[in-house]
Amino acid sequence: MNWILLIEQTLNGLQLGLLLFLLAAGLTLVFGIMDLVNLAHGSLYMVGAYFAATFTAWTGSFVLAVVLTLPATLLVGAVVEVVCLRTLYDRDHLDQVLATFGLILFFNELVRLVWGPAGLSVPLPEFLSSSLELAPGLIYPSYRLAIIIASLLAAFFLYWLVARTRIGMLIRAGASNREMVGALGVNIRFLFTIVFGLGAALAGLAGLMAAPISTVEIGMGENVLILAFVVIVIGGIGSIRGAFVSALLIGLIDTVGRAFLPDVIGGFFDDEFADAAAPALASMSIYLLMAVILAFRPEGLFSARNG
Amino acid sequence: MQMIRIGFIALVMLALAVVPVVATAIDEPFYVSLFTRMLVLAIAASSLNLVLGYGGMVSFGHAAYLGLGSYVVGIGFYHAANDGMEWALNGWLHLALAIIIPGLVALLIGAISLRTRGVYFIMITLAFSQMLYYFFIGLERYGGDDGLSLWYLSDFGSVMDMNDDSQLYYLAYGLLVLVLFVLYRLVNSHFGMVVRGAKSNERRLMAVGFPTYRYRLVAFGISGAICGIAGFLMANQSEFVSTSEMHWVHSGDLIVMVVLGGMGTLFGPVLGAVGFLMLEQYLPELMEGVCHIIGGDRCGIAGEYWKMVFGPLLILIVLFARGGIDGLLQGKVGRNV
Repeated sequence: MNWILLIEQTLNGLQLGLLLFLLAAGLTLVFGIMDLVNLAHGSLYMVGAYFAATFTAWTGSFVLAVVLTLPATLLVGAVVEVVCLRTLYDRDHLDQVLATFGLILFFNELVRLVWGPAGLSVPLPEFLSSSLELAPGLIYPSYRLAIIIASLLAAFFLYWLVARTRIGMLIRAGASNREMVGALGVNIRFLFTIVFGLGAALAGLAGLMAAPISTVEIGMGENVLILAFVVIVIGGIGSIRGAFVSALLIGLIDTVGRAFLPDVIGGFFDDEFADAAAPALASMSIYLLMAVILAFRPEGLFSARNG
Repeated sequence: MQMIRIGFIALVMLALAVVPVVATAIDEPFYVSLFTRMLVLAIAASSLNLVLGYGGMVSFGHAAYLGLGSYVVGIGFYHAANDGMEWALNGWLHLALAIIIPGLVALLIGAISLRTRGVYFIMITLAFSQMLYYFFIGLERYGGDDGLSLWYLSDFGSVMDMNDDSQLYYLAYGLLVLVLFVLYRLVNSHFGMVVRGAKSNERRLMAVGFPTYRYRLVAFGISGAICGIAGFLMANQSEFVSTSEMHWVHSGDLIVMVVLGGMGTLFGPVLGAVGFLMLEQYLPELMEGVCHIIGGDRCGIAGEYWKMVFGPLLILIVLFARGGIDGLLQGKVGRNV
């Protein structure tokens, strides 16, 4: 076993997991508090990446682009909430799924209209384009390290916001009984808009951080969205803690599985079979994990409703 | 109103029955393939309607069963073409496997998914269909990401020729009618009553002593099997098998068709599939036309970005016309239909 490679892949898995957490956190907050299934969450991820591309091109600075993208996606999220999603809160889940599915089509076309059909690429920021030697022989791109650190900071900020501030208290109260919170005189509609905007900004952050290491293209949010769904289903819908744990789990299993499964299978079967089966099995691994977990705990690992 | 509804549905079914004749007469063979697609998707949407409309299970993964059905044809072709296994092209075998395999997979997925409720169920069916999607992308041998072009279609000997567009059309039409008949009998049987009852009040049914889980699971399996038939037809129609048809967005399209036509009605999904493909085909032209009428310039853009209208249109249909086309025909407007 190659230890350097293992550590490298673990770091990659950590980075993927943290990005997934940023997406899943918004999704799980919105579900836990507003009881809304939002398929268009992936679109906000896409919009974040496109904003990052445009702002980087305008200002020539990635840092400035980050500063501009976060409020911009927050604003987009708030507008979507006020215009469309607000009417969906007391509808059943099928209505929400259909309406937000319509939103995906709308956003994809809007992006195509504004930015054109071709994908964009965002250059790595100058000061993060090098690599660091973490340990003798272990060289790791500094941008990916920056993603890990920034995501951890965002996760910590979210924890602080939800657990330690007044608005976080209202969010938690809203999650357990929104009618009661409304009856106590809290402007619940405004609170919902803020929560949705916050979720959108987190998705935008994930999108903008992923932009330099992937292609910015239409539909980029659609596959990531499903991963985020798997994360919150495993973690227990509505639970941020669960989302964090399961996002890291999924990121690690997916990345490490893709890197090492061919060797593992090759150890038991002949190479031809391993070459054919390993990629297919590796891409299925997280879904199989989900199936196993749900078979034992249908409510996910951390259920928000009971503890 | 009931007369109008029955008349309209009969008219649609009759019109569908003469499509190849008319298309040949006006020399527009393109319509045969467009309408074959409608029939195929009508079968798929009807299968989804069994669980979604009658059973209240929002399955967001039916594209997977469609894909499995089409891969039966694709994999059969692959082995016939590359390994000289002539029998693998047998159309009856394809049809049988395209029913059995998606049915079994649906049973397996349903067994896990049906342990959960509501939004979990939506997300889990979604995730499992994505799993199958990635599984087939990973199978490099059968084309992986690029898909498989079929040089030979399912072989029914001297009975039918799949290369003949009209014959394929009438096979699809016949299968649609058969599926509708089976669904009609199923929904109105004892079994169907329990499945529909579990939609409105599962707890009460369980209290009376029905093992609702088993009933719902069987309904889910049957739904997957019927959807596999649509996949079999789709592969023969497009002469191409690929993972793109399995992508979760197509599962969303199927749900839209069911809701657009009218959930929980026998002919609703048929109307929905026809309406959906009509919109997809003619909305761009319609938008371009409207743009010209109101005197806009650069009207080509309006046609190109038709989905910007299509998406919000879906939202409006969801919000204001829950009964779908079938609901409108019954004179029921509004959401509680």
